[in-house]
Amino acid sequence: MTAVPEQVTPIGYGSMRRKEDARFVRGKGTYVDDIQLRGMLHGAVLRSPHAHARILSVDVTAAEAHPKVRAVITGETLRQRGMAWMPTLSGDQQAVLATDKVRFQGQEVAFVVADDRYAARDALELIDVEYEPLPPVMDARRALDAGAPLIRDDLPGRRPGPAGNHVFDWEAGDAARTEEVFARAEVTIAEDLLYPRVHPAPLETCGAVADFDPIAGKLTIWSTSQAPHAHRLLYSLAAGIPEHKIRVISPDIGGGFGNKVPIYPGYLCAVIGSLVCGRPVKWVEDRSENLMSTSFARDYHMRGEIAATRDGTILGVRVHVLADHGAFNGAAQPSKFPAGFFGVFTGSYDLQAAYCHVTGVYTNKAPGGVAYACSFRITEAVYLVERMVDMLAFELGADPAELRMKNLLRPDQFPYTCATGWVYDSGDYARTLQLALDKAGYDGLRREQAARRERGELMGIGVSFFTEAVGAGPRKHMDILGLGMADGCELRVHPTGAAVLHISAQTQGQGHETTFAQIVAEELGISPDDIDVVHGDTDQTPFGLGTYGSRSTPVSGAAAAVVARRVRDKARIVAAAMLEVAADDLEWEKGRWFVRGDPDLGRTIAEIALAAHSDLELPDGVEGHLDASCVYNPPNLTYPCGAYICVVDVDPGTGKVSVRRFVAVDDCGVRINPMIVEGQIHGGLADGVGMALMEVIAFDSGGNCLGGSFMDYLLPTAEECPSWELAETVTPSPHHPIGAKGVGESATVGSPPAVVNAVLDALRPFGVRHADMPLTPAQVWRAIQGRPLRPDLAIT
Amino acid sequence: MEVTVTVNGDTCTRDVEPRMLLIHFLRDELQLTGSHWGCDTSNCGACVVWLDGAPLKSCTALAVMASGRDVRTVEGLEHDGELDPVQQGFIACHGLQCGFCTPGMMMTARWLLDHIPDPTEAEIREAISGQICRCTGYENIVRSVRWAAAHPDGAAAQPDGKTA
Repeated sequence: MTAVPEQVTPIGYGSMRRKEDARFVRGKGTYVDDIQLRGMLHGAVLRSPHAHARILSVDVTAAEAHPKVRAVITGETLRQRGMAWMPTLSGDQQAVLATDKVRFQGQEVAFVVADDRYAARDALELIDVEYEPLPPVMDARRALDAGAPLIRDDLPGRRPGPAGNHVFDWEAGDAARTEEVFARAEVTIAEDLLYPRVHPAPLETCGAVADFDPIAGKLTIWSTSQAPHAHRLLYSLAAGIPEHKIRVISPDIGGGFGNKVPIYPGYLCAVIGSLVCGRPVKWVEDRSENLMSTSFARDYHMRGEIAATRDGTILGVRVHVLADHGAFNGAAQPSKFPAGFFGVFTGSYDLQAAYCHVTGVYTNKAPGGVAYACSFRITEAVYLVERMVDMLAFELGADPAELRMKNLLRPDQFPYTCATGWVYDSGDYARTLQLALDKAGYDGLRREQAARRERGELMGIGVSFFTEAVGAGPRKHMDILGLGMADGCELRVHPTGAAVLHISAQTQGQGHETTFAQIVAEELGISPDDIDVVHGDTDQTPFGLGTYGSRSTPVSGAAAAVVARRVRDKARIVAAAMLEVAADDLEWEKGRWFVRGDPDLGRTIAEIALAAHSDLELPDGVEGHLDASCVYNPPNLTYPCGAYICVVDVDPGTGKVSVRRFVAVDDCGVRINPMIVEGQIHGGLADGVGMALMEVIAFDSGGNCLGGSFMDYLLPTAEECPSWELAETVTPSPHHPIGAKGVGESATVGSPPAVVNAVLDALRPFGVRHADMPLTPAQVWRAIQGRPLRPDLAIT
Repeated sequence: MEVTVTVNGDTCTRDVEPRMLLIHFLRDELQLTGSHWGCDTSNCGACVVWLDGAPLKSCTALAVMASGRDVRTVEGLEHDGELDPVQQGFIACHGLQCGFCTPGMMMTARWLLDHIPDPTEAEIREAISGQICRCTGYENIVRSVRWAAAHPDGAAAQPDGKTA
């Protein structure tokens, strides 16, 4: 991609500069912490130092005596108001402020409201909490032991014992048929794989400014929210404020990646602080609070199996998963899918059978589970299948690219119903993979690798091919807390032809203000410069479930195209009245309706818009003005795919991995703004390198979080990332109005196995088949010694 | 205590606590919210501003340390309504997504170009290696800085509108 010249503003799709950048490059964005209100107070949260402990007493006397403190709120204060617990997005409950026990290190215990942020922090140190430490459950594999401590004694009917910390069991596929396939397979491989706990760590931490107006009875809350409408409902349920008296504003958001989908106790504490003090209250967490208490991602302990013929035909995949959900089941995902869309672990291959079983457990860790651009657990699914395919290649002595090519779905098989029931919409997988191989110069890389191996150098080439299922989703199957995942949209064309689009999705950097204007521009033939996109404010936008799971373009973007087409259809009727011809006699060219056979006789959208607001006589039943609304209920998910090739060099002395090249060929269907699509992919690739090589939230046996700051939770910088090499194939989605598919998470999903496969490929001379992420120098060095680490616990 | 700092050419005096961080002084006292706070530990660089002409992580400096000295923030990059070439480069090359790290990245980039007008990709990557971006994978930040290097007078000097 080269730079985009300023004067190029396509009337529709194409790379164009982003509308939102004008404010961001001037430092004039408005993030939550930039909000300043008259009389605003500042809140801070006191957090538990223990992973599991009973609260014996909380003494706030000294904190309340601090001259700048306006209120100290404890779990007991909330219990008296019936607000000590809040619903999670998975139908569990989570403590807003602990009343009985603390269940993870960093859990919220008390909230101080003070005149400034420094005083609020000072007062935290004046609160005296007496704890009785309890043994914590830090190893998910011990959570269901008969003697495991019971974490959730707040839930009715829970008793210590083997089911005490059980959250759910879920399965997909045909167990019996899969067993048959495995029984007669010539080759089967089994391996334990851990996708360690990681954290999305958006650069802006979570925060809120709550402003309750006691006269109007209305709460306005600016918050770091990827789902303002869903949050409005949760605030209503948790704080007892009627939903029409709550306005959630999600202003500029400094990255989300799934971290800002749930509501957090801190948001509610700001609300309660404003209710108690009668003044606006700001709460912004610090980095340690973000890493230690907000939604983590992954933490899947997987036992993967793959079955194949000796000549490399893949027959089946089976996996058993132990899913660590932390202390509260706060996973943000469609309700009927407790393991998210993990069922897409069948990957991009034509399998005879597949089966998975997932068991979710509670541990004394922070809640969450679905975050960090994971497409609802497809990250874990793709990692599983792509590692297993590479292990199969290792076992068979086959080339991993050739093995994939042999087994990929063919274009004529679409729509393809996979062994677990997902209906893949479209793809041309072999073409996508071949393009990646050509771009990488794959054969040449293999020759180079062979030469380097002769010299004792460790060079690795990793391949992955992913298929995602994104754009949740069809209301019939997908809801969160009973709210179907359809998206509303409204388009109003003003008398001059300038338009405003109101969308239910919300942007955290994806560039919706630009791309959604381009969708309308494409459909109406007016300039994107003449279209403003309103989002992130529940009082100004139609209902919808928000931006995550790569769902903006598949769902909300489809809604934008549909409303624009409705406006176009209405414009046709108005134009017919203007021209005194039948609407059927009009033809559309981008931007105007004209009389068939007389192209000079026509009316532009701007002319039609003015007439629609004028005294023009319209046919019976046709109302004036030029606007439309819709609720888009997607008929299916969209299935983007991609082929990634990673080249690494490993230092045999230190185990340090350097990513030398990374080739990514993505197929996300029709691209609205290729510049923005490429930017999304770049970011995801960096995420993948980070997760594969650096990032982990580990714990010690006492329950201490070992990734509680950026000193310990390592994120990739410009020096760990290569210059990404991108290419594309375009296979439109057949059911999406504009043929687009989601892409925001593709690279985060597809890149970790490419990096890990590359490192294990480099270690092939040592006979190492697998080592878990993150492949830090220590982990790689241990793998070379044949003793890979278990990276999730410090007690290996 | 009284602190007087020259920020983007304006002299500002405030009575603040001695422990107040420079980033909070800029954001809360002067309402210059373009510089962001991201990590507490000097790892992320969202708070990078210039102190006496050199980039500084303002989350780990006290406001009082800037007393009597010159601070330049993102709000001081624009000259007479013209965006700095670095700002133009970030727009032209999609060097930002959520925009949170952008001010700090641009302050470092401006400093780099003032000292190495035509930096290599490796020099750019090293210069911004103390800063984190979670959105862009750095590729387009590097291209943005290269764009600014190729257009030292900005796009205005390109009458045909062509950009690198």
